[in-house]
Amino acid sequence: MNGYAGYILRIDVGAKAFRKEVLDRKLAKDFIGGRGFVDKLIYDEVPVGADPFGPLNKVAAAPGPLSGIFTPASGKVQFGTLSPATGIIGDSNMGGHFGPEIKYAGYDMLIIEGVSNTPVTLVIDDDKVDFKDASDLWGKGSFETEETLKKQLGADFQIATIGPAGENKVYFACINHDFGRQAGRTGIGAVLGAKKVKAIAVKGSKSIPVADPDAVLKVGMNLYRKCFEKPGLAEWTPLGTAGVTPWVNEVGAFPTKNFQTTYFEGHEKIGGQAMKDKIIVTDKGCFACPTPCGKYSRLKKEGKDVYVEGPEYETIAMLGGDCMLPEIEDVAYANRLCDDLGLDTISGGAVIAFALECFDKGIITKEQLGRDISWGDIGSFEFLANIIAKRQGMGDLLAMGTRIAANRLGHDSIRFATQVKGLEWSGYDARWAPAMMISYMTADIGAHHNRSWAITFDVAKGRDTLEGKAKRAVELQRIRPAFDLIGCCRLQWVEIGFELENYEAMFEAVFGERTTWQDIYVAADRLWNMNRVRAMLEIPGFGRDDDYPPKRFMEEPVLSGPAKGKLIDRASCDRLLDDYYMERGWDKAGHPTKKTLEALGLFGCIDELKARGLMA
Amino acid sequence: MHLATIDKLCSGCKACQLACSMTRRKEVNPKRSFIRPEGRFPAPGDYIIKYCTQCGECANVCPTGAISKKGDIYDIDEDLCIQCGACVAACPFSVMLLLDGEKAKKCNACGACVAACPRAAVYDSDTSKGGRY
Repeated sequence: MNGYAGYILRIDVGAKAFRKEVLDRKLAKDFIGGRGFVDKLIYDEVPVGADPFGPLNKVAAAPGPLSGIFTPASGKVQFGTLSPATGIIGDSNMGGHFGPEIKYAGYDMLIIEGVSNTPVTLVIDDDKVDFKDASDLWGKGSFETEETLKKQLGADFQIATIGPAGENKVYFACINHDFGRQAGRTGIGAVLGAKKVKAIAVKGSKSIPVADPDAVLKVGMNLYRKCFEKPGLAEWTPLGTAGVTPWVNEVGAFPTKNFQTTYFEGHEKIGGQAMKDKIIVTDKGCFACPTPCGKYSRLKKEGKDVYVEGPEYETIAMLGGDCMLPEIEDVAYANRLCDDLGLDTISGGAVIAFALECFDKGIITKEQLGRDISWGDIGSFEFLANIIAKRQGMGDLLAMGTRIAANRLGHDSIRFATQVKGLEWSGYDARWAPAMMISYMTADIGAHHNRSWAITFDVAKGRDTLEGKAKRAVELQRIRPAFDLIGCCRLQWVEIGFELENYEAMFEAVFGERTTWQDIYVAADRLWNMNRVRAMLEIPGFGRDDDYPPKRFMEEPVLSGPAKGKLIDRASCDRLLDDYYMERGWDKAGHPTKKTLEALGLFGCIDELKARGLMA
Repeated sequence: MHLATIDKLCSGCKACQLACSMTRRKEVNPKRSFIRPEGRFPAPGDYIIKYCTQCGECANVCPTGAISKKGDIYDIDEDLCIQCGACVAACPFSVMLLLDGEKAKKCNACGACVAACPRAAVYDSDTSKGGRY
């Protein structure tokens, strides 16, 4: 099948067994690849109600049909699992070189199931799988783990690891790769930790079949050429995602002090330009990327060199603004710390900011922590990151994320637990950005920006109006996840204005038949609705109530800066939700209608909803 | 054409390898290319591009004289190649390829990598120009 390796590798880490399965053509047709594959796998194979950390949960990793091919930024891989953070399907994508390597090894998806008794590194070398003892690596940071494995196995292996946070089942533990790329969200690193999988190493020597190699080369050259013609390129690559920091402040959307406000005084000191002036040593591109946003940095800490990839924008927002770290070196050091411990910097930053605010309000005390903690203090940050990753003292509770921590701590702290569905809000305040607000409210995995980054639409169309905002969010939730299915990065389209139409020539060169974005959008909608149904099956009463933002955003006006005084009240949220559900073909309770599911061919979903009395 | 590189421009994207394998072999497979951008991480945090400098070490060790200089490049006469692997072992840059069931193959300075590199990290020293599209 052109574009696909043609096989799936299923690994049972409990039985230390593996099996190569032929890729199902219907799966490829209906769900394309990447996030489509991993979420469908979790939907089909992990029973409803399974313990995310138990033997019945699985972790899947899938590149897409364009991954590994000569087309701009075709280096993405998607991980999926039943998320410990949210209790619903969670997934997260990662750049670098891991996804393409899976395809060169001959697979369109890896499935990891069971639980190992002892720590293990999965070593996948084309058709061979070795269960390598990882007892010596257990407890080690992700950097040392990857470095050790590269030395032992060879530099040609692409390696994904977890840090101590993953081992200790922190609900927002990430997966690390290539000394700085992460699949950060939804706690997939913790599920690998529960399975005692310390690392996955992959090396492949095979070719990816394409319909017309000459056409792929020709079209690929043309696509790269078009990227270079874009005027946005000159601004984009030198600073990468960090370059948006001043703009986000200027529009009053920069998370600051646990989202108490949305403008960070001194943001210039932690933005892209400060990075470039002070710490960047090289651009570090993902596979086949013409416009690398990856920056690799070096700083001095207590006389020693500290290396880190980044910080990229989300990390700057969540560790910088939200925890108020004042200097780029602080943010970079905190970034490195999180990466090495295996903490997602988005949720990690949100949880630490939440803890700092709880401390301010006396909800968490000095007696409980054994010390003072304060905003903008790197020592406090390091202390909290460590007790969370190692689950010591108060860190044990914080390790379960802001929703659970707030519910246990009480004192209405849930009001400022910045999360939706259990997943912490990422780096854009949306109190003065309704399209961005409804995007966060409805993102299928919880409050994540990558499903729909609509804040530019708000800025262009008016910050206060609700009109057309939900519709735009749905459009973006169709387009952006489509990239997750094909295995490419979306940033060329988002950031430098590289037109979507450009890709369709590549689809034809790779697949050998005409494929349009529209075909992929249908799969993206199918996936979206399937995930919604799974959430309904998983969580009693799941629906509209799970789509509201934290009370802070509905009731507490922004304290300062360009968005001072702004909020989106509950009535406005209701209007956005009504519009959104209508656009989606869902009822007012936020449930997909039978007609909507039928149109997408999700007959299995209908049957399951009926069997549980959730559909007439 | 003579290949040359500016390592500090490389971002490790492997576009050179893809263009090489598709041009020379009609395959999408970076492992079957004659150029190797290698990252050095976590420290010092840079890339080194290994490529064929047409140094002739392979020709020096070839026991059958299959490799000889033709114009600017060293070329392999596949009829003479006995697949012994001496050239692979001798290559200072690990860019000779000897795959199972095939004769040895090497870079012929076709320039596909130059054309494909988004950073002009690999360029043609005859013209001092990279592709950069």
